[in-house]
Amino acid sequence: MDLISDLLTYFINNGSYVWEQFFRHFLMSAYGVLFAAIVGIPVGILIARYARLSSVVLSLANVIQTIPALAMLAVLMLVMGLGTNTVVFALFLYSLLPIIKNTYTGIRNVDHTLIESGKAMGMTKWQILRMVEIPLSLSVIMAGLRTALVITIGIATIGTFIGAGGLGDIIMRGTNAQDGTAIILAGAIPTALMAVIADVIMGWLERSLMPVKKKKQGRNTQEEATA
Amino acid sequence: MLKFEHVSKKYKGGKIAVSNLNLEFKKGEFIVFIGPSGCGKTTTMKMINRLIEPTEGKIFINGEDIMEKDPVKLRREIGYVIQQIGLFPHMTIQENISLVLKLLKWPEEKRKKRAEELLSLVDMTPDYLERYPHELSGGQQQRIGVLRALAADQPLILMDEPFGALDPITRDALQDEFKNLQKKLDKTIVFVTHDMDEALKLADKIVILRDGQLVQCGTPEEILREPADEFVEEFIGKERLVQAKPNITTVEQIMNAHPVTITSDEQLSNAITVMKTNRVDSLLVIDKEGVLEGYIDVEAIDQNRKKAKSVADILNPDTFSVQKDALVRDTIRQILKKGLKYVPVVDEQKHLVGIVTRTSLVDIVYDSIWGDEELERAQ
Repeated sequence: MDLISDLLTYFINNGSYVWEQFFRHFLMSAYGVLFAAIVGIPVGILIARYARLSSVVLSLANVIQTIPALAMLAVLMLVMGLGTNTVVFALFLYSLLPIIKNTYTGIRNVDHTLIESGKAMGMTKWQILRMVEIPLSLSVIMAGLRTALVITIGIATIGTFIGAGGLGDIIMRGTNAQDGTAIILAGAIPTALMAVIADVIMGWLERSLMPVKKKKQGRNTQEEATA
Repeated sequence: MLKFEHVSKKYKGGKIAVSNLNLEFKKGEFIVFIGPSGCGKTTTMKMINRLIEPTEGKIFINGEDIMEKDPVKLRREIGYVIQQIGLFPHMTIQENISLVLKLLKWPEEKRKKRAEELLSLVDMTPDYLERYPHELSGGQQQRIGVLRALAADQPLILMDEPFGALDPITRDALQDEFKNLQKKLDKTIVFVTHDMDEALKLADKIVILRDGQLVQCGTPEEILREPADEFVEEFIGKERLVQAKPNITTVEQIMNAHPVTITSDEQLSNAITVMKTNRVDSLLVIDKEGVLEGYIDVEAIDQNRKKAKSVADILNPDTFSVQKDALVRDTIRQILKKGLKYVPVVDEQKHLVGIVTRTSLVDIVYDSIWGDEELERAQ
């Protein structure tokens, strides 16, 4: 019980500080994902077009994903110095794989007959992309952004090591303080909460972007009514 | 309208899909490409709108070489319907139908009106416009697929087994509907199928392909009557050839080659004797060379018994006759329509060669009912 009341006291006394870090933390993650989307979605579309590039690009993104977060930050710090920008760049790198991979999968999985249909109707390549491929793969691309955002919210906590702030700061304080469990939780709970909320919101977005709303792919399932 | 000149398609690796195709079609023709799978029929069709580009030869539409046109512009002038229907699931029916119009930059208002107009062609109500493809049955979806190809009033429409994935009843209904539509709108259709029944039902011209080669090109009747080789015969199927027999046999094959005749210079009394011995009520009159001149019947003899002496006096020259290579089907229609008792059969020089009577019709009916069994017994 002590723990909960300690936690509440911390929130009451440091409300604005926690909120500030929460916001900062979220912005770092969001920027990381945003920049990754700006780069990753076009790259995904590109490798969906040129299948030979896909294995190279995807394995590169895979390699990035396997580097431990702490090591990545340390290396980037050597090059870019301390601060928020370095963290945002690291988050950008981690977001690339899910975004590129989902864009690639989404575009590749668009029914080939639909693309041929569009082509045969006289759509230009650009029109096929804009009017057929992207609308039909949007929900899969969104799923990539969702994964990326959840990953970056987690990784952003260690940004504190290179002085970027965020909720990781509060957790670090807790580990340094004597008897700091409540403080650790004061940092960890908002982080987890943020990840869950982001996941739920993005999930909702993903569903609302589904090309076919009802889960019934109705070819030949209904009886002919007016033969 | 549509012309193929020495068209060939070779794929990388040397596989020849189509080789040296020469074809020409008129406007408003319903052309069916047919053949076993891998015969190059779809490839040939796709070359028309440059989804596949020919390696050699030229294709002309209305005298224009398609390779010199912008492919995007070319495709907007050609309708396209595929077996998988290919409606865009994220667009409403209206958006689907009027997509080409959108590409052609028609204003929204006009697009909607056109979509409604088109829906009424297939007896669907305007409330379908706001629905999505997955809410429609397979048959309705393909109707929309066809309308989409008609939207910009394209004079030429390509169809790749459009009714192949539908159940037989829906398919039949759609074939009838579409054939009517095609006649009404006077479109040139290139239709690919492997279903001979469908081809015979819809086509004005059938093009039979095998291994990328043209085997035969002709009207359904020509192909049924004179299959080019064993492959075509087999492809049409024995059963269909037998069924098609009354439609394709000529009168020469069923006529009675020994009609009762008389020459025009004979006496009437002789004519009556001939009638009596042969137990007929009329005689075909011919001259010395055997050229048909007319007929006399017992009524005419009875009425003119006193005045007339020779056959020539009462000869009725107004005789309906058919050529020996006329189709039985057409002849039967004439017999039934004109209420004739018989039809004399003549050759090119009007020489009488035989006669088709109502008894001959009985033979045909008998054949079509029991003919199959006899054929089986014979095998």
